Amino acid sequence: MSRVEPRHIAIAVALVLLLTLPAWVANSYYINIASQILLFAVFALALNVLVGYGGLVSLGHAGLLAIAGYAGALMLQNGYGHFAADMSAIVVTLAASAVFAVLALRSTGIGFLMITLALGQIAWGIAYRWASLTNGDNGVNVSTRPAPFGLSLSGANAFYFATLLCFLLAVLTMWVFVRSPFGASLRGTRDQARRMNALGYHVWLIRFVAFLFSGFWTAVAGLLFIYYNQFISPQVAALTGSAEVLLMVISGGTATLLGPIVGAAIVVIMKNVVSAYIERWNLVLGVLFVLIITFMPEGLVPGSVRLWRWGRARLRQRRAGWAAKPAGERGR
Amino acid sequence: MTALIVNALCKSFGGLRVTSDVNLTVEPGERRLIIGPNGAGKTTLFNLITGEIAPDSGSVLLFDHDITRVPSHRRAHLGMARTYQIITLFPQDTILRNVTLALLGLSPLRWSPFIDIEKQHHLMEGARAALARVGLEPMAHRPMSDTSYGERRRVEIAMALAQEPKLLLLDEPYAGLSIDERRDVQQLLQKIPRDVTIVMIEHNMDVALDFADRITLLHFGEVIVEGTRSEVVDDPRTREVYLGH
Repeated sequence: MSRVEPRHIAIAVALVLLLTLPAWVANSYYINIASQILLFAVFALALNVLVGYGGLVSLGHAGLLAIAGYAGALMLQNGYGHFAADMSAIVVTLAASAVFAVLALRSTGIGFLMITLALGQIAWGIAYRWASLTNGDNGVNVSTRPAPFGLSLSGANAFYFATLLCFLLAVLTMWVFVRSPFGASLRGTRDQARRMNALGYHVWLIRFVAFLFSGFWTAVAGLLFIYYNQFISPQVAALTGSAEVLLMVISGGTATLLGPIVGAAIVVIMKNVVSAYIERWNLVLGVLFVLIITFMPEGLVPGSVRLWRWGRARLRQRRAGWAAKPAGERGR
Repeated sequence: MTALIVNALCKSFGGLRVTSDVNLTVEPGERRLIIGPNGAGKTTLFNLITGEIAPDSGSVLLFDHDITRVPSHRRAHLGMARTYQIITLFPQDTILRNVTLALLGLSPLRWSPFIDIEKQHHLMEGARAALARVGLEPMAHRPMSDTSYGERRRVEIAMALAQEPKLLLLDEPYAGLSIDERRDVQQLLQKIPRDVTIVMIEHNMDVALDFADRITLLHFGEVIVEGTRSEVVDDPRTREVYLGH
């Protein structure tokens, strides 16, 4: 990569902004919102593996997020250390993802969506009703944040940097994944499953592994979520949570790296900032989604790219037309 | 050794018998043409051979190896490749990427989540070589959506050839082509060396007749006539199936 393209500059600028955010945003309220955006971006990126690259629309991912959160929170409550709690949460979530995948991958399309929806609801039901395990509606408190290598994450800034690190790792793995043969295989199964099968690909296994990959990053997002809120309740597993993260992916642009991040930013900002000024912020969010779907059905990121290119081409045409006109006619 | 043996193969969809006790023996290097009117069960027979659907009874042997219970994605690894009558390509990708996916299908690299495909030079070279065989190399980087129907047909064939199959199943490779495009595809198929056994379905008899060593005529899922070109063409039953009297 010897040539410096505008996109490299944009990435560098974004990185610098993210890394220096606490320096120019003094208010910890906004730092916390940034942490929220990043942790939901990890969640949305995880879901995008299935929705965008696998063509498998899951409506049960909040269930997986809650499974990770509850596993971590309950381990901590029972006196285990942060490392043990986090590892168990990841293992439990991977196991749950495997169960979700085995059941849901009997089908694709609407069938897949309905089965994941049902499984997500089961997770919610367990969180809500199995009170002896989950403490029911009262939820589970997470009293402390971890202190990796002696660095306490209890402050807003420290937690922001920890979340940023997880986020950057997620983006990096997604970036590598998209370019890899396995990423190409997954996209192939989305576009032409039958052909992929005839070409020698094990379509089911590819989808299964993709589900686990998605499950892993969902678990990471779930852990960030409980450490951020220091609390988890059945509400996290509710269908609205699954729908919300799906909306992040779709509104930002499926099968893009940036789309789910932008989608997460929109939803989190709406929820936290706009709701402070407008009571019916849900309405604003709804209108925003309708506008995005109407004018950029492919999502905000690919849609903006399309409009940008179109605008540039128009501008070039006008300039060319200007230059081609004889001097005497200019300015008319 | 026999390239392909289909043994008393039967398949019904509900009460409809689409493949009825079909027997087929194809020798290595042979060019076999399977003809028959619409709904004769030609594509179903292909789907049974490739394992996309499971037979009710009977068996399929690829180079004397019983593959009846082998999952269809494994059959590609055993040397079986096919093209589709309805073009089945990856529309969002380039021609080169389509062929790369065909090569990757047989490579253990396909499971790797770490490496960059574009940097796998042997894959890219292999894909280019396959495209050169069908005369599409100069436009390798063109997106699939910017190609003509005839070019797509050739990409289909390039993808099958890229896998260097021992048995190639062609499902109506001339369907929907203009006369010029048809000639291109015909020349292309004639160039395939004899170490590849080819079974071709064609609905229209005259376009593929020259190509075939032997011909099998299917009608309502049954083999009606089988033999050399002249035997089948001269058989009164062929006339009956095609002309109805």
